[in-house]
Amino acid sequence: MTSLPRKSSRRKLGLVIDLDICVACQACAVNCKEWNTSGHSAPLTDLNPYGKGQNGVWYNRIHSFEAVDEKTGDSQTINFPKSCLHCEDAPCVTVCPTGASYKREEDGIVLVNGDICIGCKLCSWACPYGAREYDETEGVMKKCTLCVDKIYNETLSPSSRVPACVSTCPVGARHFGDLGDPHSEVTRLVEARGGFALMPEQGTLPVNRYLPPRPKQHQKPKDQTPRMLEHKDDSSDGAGLLARWVDKVLSA
Amino acid sequence: MHPAKSVIFFTTGSGAGYGMLAWLAILALMGYQPADSTYGLFAFGIAFGLVGGGLLSSTFHLGHPERAWRAMSQWRSSWLSREGVAAIATFGPTGLYALAWIFLNENQSLAGGIGLIGALMSLITVYCTSMIYGSLKTIPAWFTKWTRVAYLVFAMMTGAVLLWFLSVLFNLPEAATIARLSMFFLALGFIVKIIYWRAVDNAPATSTAESATGLGKLGKIRLIESPHSEDNYLLKEMGFRIARKHAGKLRIIALVLGFVIPFLAICAALYGLPQFQLLFAGFAVVTGIVGIVTERWLFFAEAKHVVTLYYGESRI
Repeated sequence: MTSLPRKSSRRKLGLVIDLDICVACQACAVNCKEWNTSGHSAPLTDLNPYGKGQNGVWYNRIHSFEAVDEKTGDSQTINFPKSCLHCEDAPCVTVCPTGASYKREEDGIVLVNGDICIGCKLCSWACPYGAREYDETEGVMKKCTLCVDKIYNETLSPSSRVPACVSTCPVGARHFGDLGDPHSEVTRLVEARGGFALMPEQGTLPVNRYLPPRPKQHQKPKDQTPRMLEHKDDSSDGAGLLARWVDKVLSA
Repeated sequence: MHPAKSVIFFTTGSGAGYGMLAWLAILALMGYQPADSTYGLFAFGIAFGLVGGGLLSSTFHLGHPERAWRAMSQWRSSWLSREGVAAIATFGPTGLYALAWIFLNENQSLAGGIGLIGALMSLITVYCTSMIYGSLKTIPAWFTKWTRVAYLVFAMMTGAVLLWFLSVLFNLPEAATIARLSMFFLALGFIVKIIYWRAVDNAPATSTAESATGLGKLGKIRLIESPHSEDNYLLKEMGFRIARKHAGKLRIIALVLGFVIPFLAICAALYGLPQFQLLFAGFAVVTGIVGIVTERWLFFAEAKHVVTLYYGESRI
């Protein structure tokens, strides 16, 4: 049934992504592809992977934005990984005409049942975040599963039972946990750092949170220009003996 | 939004077909339609052809057309599912009405009552179609009440023009009444489309690159590096941009071909050269089709999706 669960789930599994330290290395996107191409919604098909116009199914993509302070002209770069936010009021679920798209009552994960999806693509139109990926080869919609086949996998060591993007992040910019639990590590992290949701005006109530870049610690006084190279193109003062001799010969 | 041919034909074709079905019942009950077998066969043939063809074509863009029946199940939450259920259900009363009209030469009293139920269900189906688009908050150009109004008015309008053509072809004495009806709906459609465009063009931005990234506090947000060098599914489906270049011209073409010329053609047939009215009727239908298809193409192609805020758009 593509109606949402009546009561919002008590557990709200999701990601917290730290925009302060993401370096856009793409490891999360690659490991996501690696795990999921043999996971719940496998395969993550690529079309024309070695030619021109490559196109493929990716659950996770990393954008880079520039924020320009219009008063000072200062700018900073923010690397911005984006995957499904597992919204509480997920419009991709309610528009689904077949019941293929659903939100799990027990942990809030949004999934697609590829066996009954008709590939109408309406869910991808309803999602503001671009979390839905159409697999042209299989004719069905796919999406981030929050590695549902990894996080509950008891054959893995407990520390490995996190989504592939989280376990692979080399700088620790991704956190996984229960955002419905007010005492969980991720909830406290969001509170401490002022974590926010994307496009709250769309009314989707995303579970995932983003942590803003921290304020710069070493702000320069406004009138101080950066240290520049000192050029001495027209003088050989302070140069070595050989250099002064060459200068003399060439200047003749 | 990518304007898929199948969806353009589905919305325009089924709209015109349902409009015809609605008018057939309404006009018959008012005594403006003959309960004639040949006429009925043509009228319902065209109407069901458009409705059936439209519905069939809407399944062509599916990844799994053979599973289309599953789309009937989620009517509690999904407008697409409601549309499917309404479309199938409408075949009941409209089909019975067609049989009564063609084989029993009966289009009033009990048959007329069934026809009226069919007319109402036809319009409900068109409403459901409009809500597939009108319920998507992610596409502000569709998320307006004018989407619903436009779909309903255009269905009645295109249905009326087609029926006028048929009434001229069969030399019905009521052709002039249907002609005036068509003119009224063409004028109404013209006004609705202009109001729709004004509403869409003047609407304040729903979302911005700042709200999409949540980074507005830091300043103005600009995309400097896309996730990949090639297009992806999102950009192909939601990032369609060809229309914007010619949008102004195409809007005028849609208005002139879809509304103005059919209106003038009917005028000419009624008040100018009635001896050529079949020619005018045919002309009105042909330009009307081109116009309404252009209108629908623009409806898709001009609409911007908020996901493009992650790919370089600044406000939508």
